[in-house]
Amino acid sequence: MAVSDRITTADVVKVATLARLDLTPDETERLTAELDGMLEHFADMDALDLTHVQPMTQPYPLRNVFRADVVQPGLDRDEVLAAAPVAEDGRFRVPPIIGLDS
Amino acid sequence: MSDLAATPVTAAAIAAGVRDGSVKAVDVMEAHLARIAQREDEIHAFNLVLADEARAAAAAIDAAVAAGRDPGPLAGVPVALKDNMCTRGVPTTCSSKILAGWKPPYDATVVTKLAAAGAIAVGKTNLDEFAMGSSTENSAFGPTRNPLDISRVPGGSSGGSAAAVAAGFSAVSIGSDTGGSIRQPAALCGVVGVKPTYGYVSRYGLIAFASSLDQIGPFTTTVHDAALMLDVIGGHDPMDSTSIPAAQPSLVASLDRGVEGLRVGRITDLPDGADPDVLERLEAAFDALREAGATIVDVQVPAFANALTAYYLIAPAEASSNLARFDGVRFGLRVDAPDTNAMYSATRAAGFGPEVKRRIMLGTYALSAGYYDAYYGRALKVRRLIHDEFARAYQRAEVLLTPTSPTVAFPFGSKGDNPLAMYLCDLYTIPSNLAGHPGMSVPFGTGADGLPVGIQVLAGTLDEPTMFRVGAALERAAAHEGSAR
Repeated sequence: MAVSDRITTADVVKVATLARLDLTPDETERLTAELDGMLEHFADMDALDLTHVQPMTQPYPLRNVFRADVVQPGLDRDEVLAAAPVAEDGRFRVPPIIGLDS
Repeated sequence: MSDLAATPVTAAAIAAGVRDGSVKAVDVMEAHLARIAQREDEIHAFNLVLADEARAAAAAIDAAVAAGRDPGPLAGVPVALKDNMCTRGVPTTCSSKILAGWKPPYDATVVTKLAAAGAIAVGKTNLDEFAMGSSTENSAFGPTRNPLDISRVPGGSSGGSAAAVAAGFSAVSIGSDTGGSIRQPAALCGVVGVKPTYGYVSRYGLIAFASSLDQIGPFTTTVHDAALMLDVIGGHDPMDSTSIPAAQPSLVASLDRGVEGLRVGRITDLPDGADPDVLERLEAAFDALREAGATIVDVQVPAFANALTAYYLIAPAEASSNLARFDGVRFGLRVDAPDTNAMYSATRAAGFGPEVKRRIMLGTYALSAGYYDAYYGRALKVRRLIHDEFARAYQRAEVLLTPTSPTVAFPFGSKGDNPLAMYLCDLYTIPSNLAGHPGMSVPFGTGADGLPVGIQVLAGTLDEPTMFRVGAALERAAAHEGSAR
């Protein structure tokens, strides 16, 4: 498979780490080729002069959308925890975050 | 069965009959459940059918009518819900293994509003995993088939919702549209589909794909039903910070106003890609509106050509962020591992399908250091260009017409392994998501192989009333054309 100057398998491995996504070697190879094809397609933007264009992040600008500072009922804690893979003592249980050699 | 077959089809007729007592909600529901029993095995519109719950709700509606209580404007109307809308205590999967079995602790605002209006949920519909796709072939639970030709896709991502209405499994349904996911399947299944203005319908409880693009809307068999649905599900919701805090005029009231004097825009630089049979129907649509009294004017939207690129950078970027919440901690699947990072990565590898992984990777890449300005940053500027060019076009013409989909419904597997081939299905629907403008697909005759063609009506921000006037005129013209044949 041709290695492009746009994206390499090393880039894909790095991005997969950022995305917290284990990829098999086959997936890494296929995604490298697919992302390369897409980035090639996206080159149509290069012909546009965007120097004086402001980026647009949302279609309907609203500012400072706050509700009244009044206590509202929240979700039921037991119902929320019941949907978790593992819960204990009213909390979500996860594997160790620090302290392991890795 | 003869009684059941005689129950009304449209939401308007069902609700009117149930409200005045001439039609029983339980009979309407049995008619729909009978069609589900007959064809659901081959269609697979649903991830979950709620037959018992629907029967009980229908009986409760009839009891309310008998007791003289107002059963609501959608009394007894069977509705199917795309399975990315949260339903309290009822599994909600996004057609993903990562959420299989998860029961949300709350209802989406649309779900609450529909129930309060007397509509009855018959089930949760299949979709491309996390609404990423244009055929439902990306569902982790297998594809939905097009009720008009089961060798073909129903479109996507809301393919199950479109198929449910086309097959008569529900009178109406709810979908979400991030780049065309309501309008394209509506076109391919021969039903009406609407993506309202961004912020018109609350997104609270819609599991997010791309938050600045996602919008909820209806599938129906008539334009009138679509107006009725939006009159119920639209409106400001304090639970959605992007919900528009403005009054929304009744769309039902706008339907009969005709198109006399309206300017309908023809985009002279519409990107190539539509099949000749589809373009022929577009011309017929312009002719029909001209005959109904509208004026056709030419408009240019040069940045339309760059919409696909902007979309396929912005949507995956937002998706990569939104889907970070699926980490094996609070809901759904967990794959055990010695530390949290390994657990996240293993869980996500096992839970997400190939298209979702592809978009997470593309989005993470576009947002990563060194590439942000070149890809995501430039895409946001292209988005601005597209918005501004369309806003200018709506000063010259109240609405624009395009094909909804470049082609009629296509056979399973026909887009092959090239993701870009599938992305091109959204060519004509994407700009209104980027701009936040409303768009709707109205069935307008047939194209290749006798399959339906949808015409897309596009309008400016919050100009749903004019869009619906044009949609209703196209529907009248299509009916007239059909009866003249």
